[in-house]
Amino acid sequence: MKSVKLSHVLIVLALLVLPPILGTAGGAWVRILDFALLYILLALGLNIVVGFTGLLDLGFIAFYAVGAYLYALLASPHLLEQFAWIRAALPDGFHVSIWVTLPLAGLIAGFCGLLLGAPTLKLRGDYLAIVTLGFGEIVRIFLNNLNAPVNITNGPQGISQIEPLSLFGVSLAGERGVIDLFGLAVPSVLAYYYVLLAIAAVAVVMCYRLVNSRTGRAWKAIREDEIAAKAMGINTRNMKLLAFAMGAAFGGVSGSLFASFQGFVSPESFTLFESIVVLAMVVLGGLGNIRGVVIGAALLAAIPEALRLVVIPIQEAFLGQGNAVIDAEVARQFLYGTAMVGIMLWRPSGLIPGSGAEAKKSSAPVPLSDEVVTPELVTAKP
Amino acid sequence: MTVSTALPPVATPLLKVTSVNKRFGGLQALSDVGLTIQRGQIYGLIGPNGAGKTTFFNVITGLYPPDSGLFHLDGKPYSPESVHEVTAAGIARTFQNIRLFGEMTALENVMVGRHIRSTGSMMQTLLRTRASVQAEADIRDRAMELLAYVGVEKLADRRSRTLSYGDQRRLEIARALATEPKLLALDEPAAGMNLTEKSTLRELLGRIRDDGISILLIEHDVKLVMGLCDEITALDRGKQIVQGTPEHVRSNPELIHAYLGKAHA
Repeated sequence: MKSVKLSHVLIVLALLVLPPILGTAGGAWVRILDFALLYILLALGLNIVVGFTGLLDLGFIAFYAVGAYLYALLASPHLLEQFAWIRAALPDGFHVSIWVTLPLAGLIAGFCGLLLGAPTLKLRGDYLAIVTLGFGEIVRIFLNNLNAPVNITNGPQGISQIEPLSLFGVSLAGERGVIDLFGLAVPSVLAYYYVLLAIAAVAVVMCYRLVNSRTGRAWKAIREDEIAAKAMGINTRNMKLLAFAMGAAFGGVSGSLFASFQGFVSPESFTLFESIVVLAMVVLGGLGNIRGVVIGAALLAAIPEALRLVVIPIQEAFLGQGNAVIDAEVARQFLYGTAMVGIMLWRPSGLIPGSGAEAKKSSAPVPLSDEVVTPELVTAKP
Repeated sequence: MTVSTALPPVATPLLKVTSVNKRFGGLQALSDVGLTIQRGQIYGLIGPNGAGKTTFFNVITGLYPPDSGLFHLDGKPYSPESVHEVTAAGIARTFQNIRLFGEMTALENVMVGRHIRSTGSMMQTLLRTRASVQAEADIRDRAMELLAYVGVEKLADRRSRTLSYGDQRRLEIARALATEPKLLALDEPAAGMNLTEKSTLRELLGRIRDDGISILLIEHDVKLVMGLCDEITALDRGKQIVQGTPEHVRSNPELIHAYLGKAHA
């Protein structure tokens, strides 16, 4: 067994113990954490495509949408209301287990990833970004308009009454937001937190295993130099498709979790802005660095929401009840923007830089054979 | 045309390339060139700038699709349509302007070279099966061996872009060797090297040949080529002007003409 670092144990303990304490201050705080975990999943997926393989994808949110709508259709009465024959076949609705829906969401989103990847194989950089951006918009527009002539997505109104996740027969929504778990009253948001945490942990482990494997090295080789990667015998076409599919699968799973958590999906949640936010998380954390991406996603997802909750109370504490000058939303955007500018100034390659990913940067310095500083050079100044 | 099966197996050359033509728009870059490399040879490809050496090299290794030509490796025809298939068939190459995976460590660079000679699907990796752990350990061990073989094992954990020029060249050779080639194709491996580095390189290439891997070499350094190669082909303006042993090629008037102009020929 490898020795377990104390810092890691502390992080795990904090992740397990702190949220219930935070929850005493209000369910909204835990809800922020839940969303942060969803974004971590998304960012990890996008990191496979952009960070490892170096393919700039600006339409990543489309896979999130695919997963979300898939779950929404399978877990809401919408299809039953629309189609008599489904109602006749399954009068009680689908009630598919999450052990089926989550993998299915991953698979179908992964397949969409292949569909996007196939025509764009020859594109790189800006050109690829434009095509993927278009793809993201196409998916959103489809969702917005697939309510006629046959109503599948319910158009801009979106799909509501989505059943919450149900694990081992326990619905995570519980009764009025509280689950009775062996006599313990667990708030729904907290139950979701632990489920999402478990899934995110699995995703992180998957990413680590992938990046330090034959597959991950092939991806990184393509990012560094596609022609050299080919010369190493790597079938770059297949490896790129695999990266697209794998990243999309993460997005799909995250999307279906989002749908179950939110209970409602509409095309509004899947705009270009969302794609850009996820990309910002990956870039802010450090392209290709798993730890960085997780931190980047957590910060960018949680901080703006947390600011929304504290801006007014802080002002009122200083200026008195009802005297807040700055609107919460304004302050939020201001601080968010300032933080982004600061990061670009002081940490331009991300919080934890090093697209060399797991490269050991702390290894002992070895003198370069042709960069040895000779005494003559040092003392040669007049 | 078919491969002659009448030849005894000993006589089968390692690489036989004939009647290669390649045109870029209005420029006939290669007209009817070819070469035959025997097992265990170091083969030189020389010629003045713009002669078509690198083009020929890129055609052989699958980077440029040829307009016509016949290609046989180890007696078997191969199609130079895609680079990764040529590598799988047994020709590994380096690049004139070094193309390492800069942000990856030296060790990882060589490990990438093991890609086609190792197995391990993504599923096995994700489940961390015993087989995948073993395969990964084998890849790492072999890569370390190769780093030691070319003499850069101390730099294994350094990002490859931070290596010195000579070390990068040698790392690129280690990476190519990791694909277990029958033929190692080197595009100007000594370019930009100082004298010490050149002699180390020369020793390395001799060692590779002695270990049973043939070498195809493009090189400008005449001393290096003449001293190292068993056979040489000289190109000028896309045509072959002379072929043979270094002694034979050295005295060829057409070659001298190509390099230095008429007055010297």
